[in-house]
Amino acid sequence: MRNRKFSWLGMGLLAVLALAGAHAQDLKSFEQRITTKVLPNGLTLIVCERPEAPVFSYTTFVDAGDVNDPSGESGLAHMFEHLAFKGTSQIGTTDYADEKVALAKVEEANNAYEAEYLKPVGRDEKKLAELKKAFLDAQAEAHKYVVPNQFTDVAERNGAEGLNAETGLDSTMFFWSMPENRLELWAWLESSRLSDTVPREFYKERDVVVEERRMRTDSNPIGRLVEQFLATAYVAHNYGRSSIGWPSEVSQINATEAMEFHKKYYVGANIVVSVVGDVKASEAMPLLEKYFSKVQGGPKPEEMTTVEPKQFAEKTVTIREQTQPFYVEGYHRPNYRNPDDAVYDAISDIMSNGRVSRLYRSLVRDQQIAAEAQGFSPFPGDKYPGLFAFYAVPLPGHTPAEMREAIHKEIEKLKTTDVTDDELAMYKTRTRADLLRGLADNQGLSNDLAEYQTRYGDWRELFKQLERVDKVTKADIRRVASQVFVASNRTSAEIDTEAPTATAKKDGGAR
Amino acid sequence: MKNSSMKRFCEIVPVMAGSALLFAAIVLNAQQAKPWEKIPVPKLHEFKPQEPKRIELKNGIVIFLQEDHELPFIAGSVLIPGGSRDEDPGKAGLIGLYGQSWRTSGTAKISGDQLDDLLEAKAAHIETAGDDDSTALSWDSLKGDADQVFSLALDLLLHPKFSAEKLELAQQQEATGIVRRNDDESQIADRESAKLVYGANSPYTRQPELATIGSVTIEDLMAWHDRTIGGKLIVGISGDFDPAAMEAKLRAAFEGLPQAKPEPKRHDEFGGPTPGLYFINKEDVNQSNVQIVGLGTDRRNPDVPALAVMNEILGGGFASRLFQKVRTELGLAYAVGGGISFAYDHPATFRVEVLTKSPSTVDATKAALGEIAGMTTRPFTQEELDRAKDNILNSFLFRYDTREKVLSERERLEFYGYPADYLETYEEALKKVTLDDLTAVSKKYIHPEKLALLVVGNGPEIKPGLDELKLGPAHPIDITIPMPARQAGGAGPAEKMQ
Repeated sequence: MRNRKFSWLGMGLLAVLALAGAHAQDLKSFEQRITTKVLPNGLTLIVCERPEAPVFSYTTFVDAGDVNDPSGESGLAHMFEHLAFKGTSQIGTTDYADEKVALAKVEEANNAYEAEYLKPVGRDEKKLAELKKAFLDAQAEAHKYVVPNQFTDVAERNGAEGLNAETGLDSTMFFWSMPENRLELWAWLESSRLSDTVPREFYKERDVVVEERRMRTDSNPIGRLVEQFLATAYVAHNYGRSSIGWPSEVSQINATEAMEFHKKYYVGANIVVSVVGDVKASEAMPLLEKYFSKVQGGPKPEEMTTVEPKQFAEKTVTIREQTQPFYVEGYHRPNYRNPDDAVYDAISDIMSNGRVSRLYRSLVRDQQIAAEAQGFSPFPGDKYPGLFAFYAVPLPGHTPAEMREAIHKEIEKLKTTDVTDDELAMYKTRTRADLLRGLADNQGLSNDLAEYQTRYGDWRELFKQLERVDKVTKADIRRVASQVFVASNRTSAEIDTEAPTATAKKDGGAR
Repeated sequence: MKNSSMKRFCEIVPVMAGSALLFAAIVLNAQQAKPWEKIPVPKLHEFKPQEPKRIELKNGIVIFLQEDHELPFIAGSVLIPGGSRDEDPGKAGLIGLYGQSWRTSGTAKISGDQLDDLLEAKAAHIETAGDDDSTALSWDSLKGDADQVFSLALDLLLHPKFSAEKLELAQQQEATGIVRRNDDESQIADRESAKLVYGANSPYTRQPELATIGSVTIEDLMAWHDRTIGGKLIVGISGDFDPAAMEAKLRAAFEGLPQAKPEPKRHDEFGGPTPGLYFINKEDVNQSNVQIVGLGTDRRNPDVPALAVMNEILGGGFASRLFQKVRTELGLAYAVGGGISFAYDHPATFRVEVLTKSPSTVDATKAALGEIAGMTTRPFTQEELDRAKDNILNSFLFRYDTREKVLSERERLEFYGYPADYLETYEEALKKVTLDDLTAVSKKYIHPEKLALLVVGNGPEIKPGLDELKLGPAHPIDITIPMPARQAGGAGPAEKMQ
């Protein structure tokens, strides 16, 4: 289960997409092939017929991610995503009635252990050891009822391909592809895990997630840098919090908290399920309706009240360690619903897309100081105001300071001089072509339909965004660049290479 | 592990329930109901993947045409035999530089920079790349631009004009990769474990160094191009075109080329690793990357279908023995898996990897070694066999569910000289794999005593230490990046790096 995070390709799904009018792949043809339905529990189903081969792909898009983790529980959404692979009361157990009792005891034992562990004064180490043993024993007891990995086993034996999930800050996605004759089996599996999750093997899975953190963040120089970069850029909003979880928090999340998260966020109104491939809506929709009606109803969770306050002081982070230099900076920008969203995409495209881009030509080709240089947005998420970020990888012998200076020069140009007609036209053409190219892939299309349905309340926005793309002007680019790319709105982070010392440091990481 | 553990639970639970605990008076011997088994699985819709049309020209060049009218795009590629394994060891990295600067240089008629402007304005691409056994030129564009883009691609294929400036740019990029290659733990682990299997100077693993890339000249690039362009090219076109017109156009473009010369046969030796324990210290990580490696095999080997099924059982998916043991049962890893891999024309590697926190390095490694050894000692069950075959065969369709995949597969088979129906025969052979086959191949190919074990990790944090593995002393591997003499007095950050 991948945690979708440090995607340097900022031109993600929210890169504005548009449509070439000439071919069969226009909005009209999709309207004929797409059927949607909102169930009484609030869940939205999308079926798109694309009978190129006897297969289908699906996406379950849950409008909740690590940005929704309660205070002190960073990493919870991702932890829950892992839990959703552990089965239900019907799959993955030899006897659920007894397992349920055993799981309740695991929870009790964990609470007792944690209460002692967290005592600020007077912790009894002997008692702690006993409680730990009791906790492990309770887990072993509950484990006796487990049929390990049965949920994924059934999916894989039935031909599931690309089975995975991703938890981002904004959302959680579950997905795979399957032969079309397994549609009903899939609907049973997927609706079961959404509606009937069991906190099975939770504490062992928590160790797996902590291991994932070591791999992605702690043991990776860029992972360490990005965590510090975001933590510095944000003072209030959860975009600044480690999305895989701070070590002390993710290692102490408990199953009760995970199940509460499920109860609140895994309600029909917060979920879109899309299916794309060799399916007939007339046959598939009744089937899907039957199974996905099992998902719990309930109100759409309340929106977050925190809004990141306006930044008024420039901030910098410097990591000195024995890895090669790197530079990244970011500026706060509005979220995807802002009318200027397409303007930000135009800036990304002109600054970063390919060998014609300004940063490539300036830093890589002409000045020859960087191996790579790009700007991208929004980062780390799009639902709430994110950052417009720039990064550069220095060539040997060049420094982060040079990257910073060169990037700033290019940014200044955006403010003082109009981009050319060719640059603007290129952005619009490429956006249109990229949308078209994406339509030939069941999984990619399914992900897009579910995401646009969630974010705009209508999958048609995937196509309709062309209108906003077409309206972007040179003046818009200058205006937005002048507003956003200012020093007081900037946070930068860099790795400065430190020479090895005689006694090598053992802690590593950010200091 | 899945199988044996499931069996254990089913059989032991009643006893435990009686003696040890709870209100569970009787726990049934098997799972009570498996509702998913009652869900009907209808017959799969009839499907015959569309094969591309194959045209062999008199000069030996082969063309594949794959029509696909879903979207208004046309894409093409030319695959050229010869790659980094064939380069001069003293110029290691030549193919990487060639792959970059071929395209960025451009042709006599149009420079690379001009090509960038022209193509990007049309959302079109022409790219070149190098691999270990081939180089390739590829292009794609909207249908309306396809003629122009094809003639530009053809010009680049036949009349490149390598530029010193673009070679230098490519050298800088490569140099950046070289000085950064020890920053990332997994990159170190993958690279160094492959070197253990093939040898540090093998054509498959020798690494570009600042000195070797620095010695590559424009003349080298031209000589490489002139030699390989005369080889047996494989041209593949897919997309929204008229097949008769496209065939005529491609014949006109390629028929006039001289008779293709076969790529000289390689005579590589593959001895496998020197068994033992190897260690690379990296003190800015808190997780060990453990690689257990040996020699793999090639796809012509008739044992491959049985080995593929064995792989699935060892480290293929969620139900594999490694995943079940190390991740699910012990919770010691997020990433764990592996198996024996197959290349088309030379032995690939056997590789099992585990990423685990420093203090559990020994435990996780022992668990993984136990599962590897278990492949020859713990009998395969019918259930494991059935599951592995279901996993592979029920998703086999995804190897040819798009026309693009069918085309790439055919190009690959043509390139390596495999029969066009390879996938079908492979699928049939997979279906026939038996328990006896599994036992036979695991005995034949799993030799724990011949494997090398590499740990990349934070030495001081690894407690208990690697000596607990009882594999003899850990041989340190020096991964210092050699700095050319002329830069040794400089102050660049590169030479401060390990």
